[in-house]
Amino acid sequence: MKTRDLMELAGRNLREAMLRNSLTTLGIAVGVASLVAMLSLGIGLQKLAMSRLEGTGLFNRVYVSPRPLGGSLNGRGGGGRRARAADGDGQTPGLPPQLQPPMKPLTSEVRKQLAQMPNVRSVFPELRFTADLRYGGTGHVTTASSVPFDSKDTGQFDSVTGQFFSSANANEVILHNDLAQELADDAKIQPKDLIGQEITIRYPERVAVPTPPNQRPQDLVANGEFGQGFTIHSAEVKVKVVGLVGGESAGPGGFGGSRVMLPLELVERLNAVQGFDVRQVVANPGETVYPTLTMLVDNPNHVQAVEDAVKQMGFGAFSLFDAAKNLQRFFKVLDAFLGIFGSLALVVASLGIVNTLVMAILERRHEIGVLKALGAADRDVRQLFFTEAGVMGLFGGALGVFLGWSIGKIIGAATNYYLAQQNLPPEKVWLVPLWLVGASILFSVGVSLVAGLYPASRAAKLDPVKALRYE
Amino acid sequence: MSETQPATQTNQPALRTAEVTRHYAMGEATIRAVDGVTLEIARGEFVALLGTSGSGKSTLLNLLAGLDRPTGGSILAHGINLAEMSGDELAKYRSLTVGMVFQSFNLLPRMTLEENVELPLRLAEVERDDRPGRVQEALKRVGLAARLSHRPAELSGGEQQRASLARALVNRPTILLADEPTGNLDSRTGEEIMNFIQQFNQELGMTVIMVTHEPDLAERYAARQFHMKDGKLVSNGGVQ
Repeated sequence: MKTRDLMELAGRNLREAMLRNSLTTLGIAVGVASLVAMLSLGIGLQKLAMSRLEGTGLFNRVYVSPRPLGGSLNGRGGGGRRARAADGDGQTPGLPPQLQPPMKPLTSEVRKQLAQMPNVRSVFPELRFTADLRYGGTGHVTTASSVPFDSKDTGQFDSVTGQFFSSANANEVILHNDLAQELADDAKIQPKDLIGQEITIRYPERVAVPTPPNQRPQDLVANGEFGQGFTIHSAEVKVKVVGLVGGESAGPGGFGGSRVMLPLELVERLNAVQGFDVRQVVANPGETVYPTLTMLVDNPNHVQAVEDAVKQMGFGAFSLFDAAKNLQRFFKVLDAFLGIFGSLALVVASLGIVNTLVMAILERRHEIGVLKALGAADRDVRQLFFTEAGVMGLFGGALGVFLGWSIGKIIGAATNYYLAQQNLPPEKVWLVPLWLVGASILFSVGVSLVAGLYPASRAAKLDPVKALRYE
Repeated sequence: MSETQPATQTNQPALRTAEVTRHYAMGEATIRAVDGVTLEIARGEFVALLGTSGSGKSTLLNLLAGLDRPTGGSILAHGINLAEMSGDELAKYRSLTVGMVFQSFNLLPRMTLEENVELPLRLAEVERDDRPGRVQEALKRVGLAARLSHRPAELSGGEQQRASLARALVNRPTILLADEPTGNLDSRTGEEIMNFIQQFNQELGMTVIMVTHEPDLAERYAARQFHMKDGKLVSNGGVQ
């Protein structure tokens, strides 16, 4: 029989036992709704946890350090490796400078290359310098660090009081609460009153020694004419306080213990003396070389690929991806459990299909006999019952997705009501992605077809002579 | 399935059985419903199959219709052995070569006449565009063209049997198998039905095998009569 005829006959048969078939379809819908509800909760919780982790800035970053040329690929470095690299050192401990193996430097060209890699949002150095902050009273010496403008979207500064920098090179500063408290105490005001105020930052500025005309610094080094480099001057810049951050996010990958955060492009413009400048003067004069670079990856799932690609390029790379991977594994197990429990209701509902179709065979036994006498093959009868099961699965699946989505909305609203009672911000613990909608309906149709196997086969095998005698 | 008739051998009789048997096991006992029947029916013949209740005539008709398979022997329709056909081939045979009419009409009660008559066309995968014309033609032949949208319950017994005849011939089969076609009808209506069957036999050249327990009907319409008793053929169809 042609598909359209099959669909028409199946539709007619389903309509003829409307109440029974509707109840069976509703049973499937409840099963699918439970599956969708369970999985949506798992997916929502995973998304919430991952977004929180991404917010710490720990899991979507790859830290790149130079590595000795010809050195072994010794996997992911630990905190120690990063700590060494951050010092601008990258040297093998215990060896005098002249015996250190040559390093593949992280030049501005390398920075550009890294930034062009897929899934990489930005690549930035971590610039730090000693700064002296003044707001009216005495100075407060502390460490200032650069913050790339991209950090705005990472969630790292979501808890900022005030706001994030207005542009990538604005003369603006975000202060740690502790430092803001000290400055506010001096001025006898509340820390939050500092927002919008202008403060002065004194810092050591690096001023290059002028290169003799027609000569490049590299040529001077080649000719053995050392002495090219820079002098250090005291300079100051006025910046406006735009935000205050708490201590929670401080630490590796967070604010790195720094209490003064300035836009990266501003720090680059200030030309403040860095810890690694001394080495650079002798090793790579005239060229910008970074001790480390941080790559911001668009999604923690892509961190591993980016990290591996960086290692292939001959640099050291390190991330906290493993921690994220373990968390994802946990959620996969959670999803599997939720899916299994959710599917149980669907399995029970599928027994309803078996029951309904077996009843239909009894009722339609004579009709099956007539169909066979008129030329229906066993295959036609089997397909007819199969189609009826599939149609019930399709409608049940679609209705179930809607029901599941509605249940999710209610749970979401109830959760947020509870959170609001606890003075906590609302959370989205519920997520029904499009793939779940499609997969649930397909699963429902699949389970229904499996449930239809036995009745369809039984109907197909009916002896037409006996079936015709049955009234 | 296609609309084309299965390959047949034109010089062969419409139906020929050789020592065909159909046995059923009932507990320890074996019921010999059809027991070594050999007969031959030429193309375009009108034959009657007579016998008392339980004589095996309906079982033999079901075997000839391809609804049942013989336990032994062979049944050749246009020279092709039904016993050797696969399930799908047998379904195709029922769809395209034979048309069946039953005592209890066997129209599907929830379908209109049009839908009932269209059913064999759906099963034979006839193109949708061709179906309305074929249904109309078949119903017109039995005088029911105006009752397309009626359901069986809205028709008299005679009209239902006429609709059943229209359904049997809509796929233009060459053999018509009628199982007590007038059994549920009064004599006047029965005669009307028999006239239609005779018309199909004479005008369309259909081979007709009619099961009946009314010798009068057999004598009036059939060219030959086969008598069955206890599963065996007791008279092999002398020409009337």
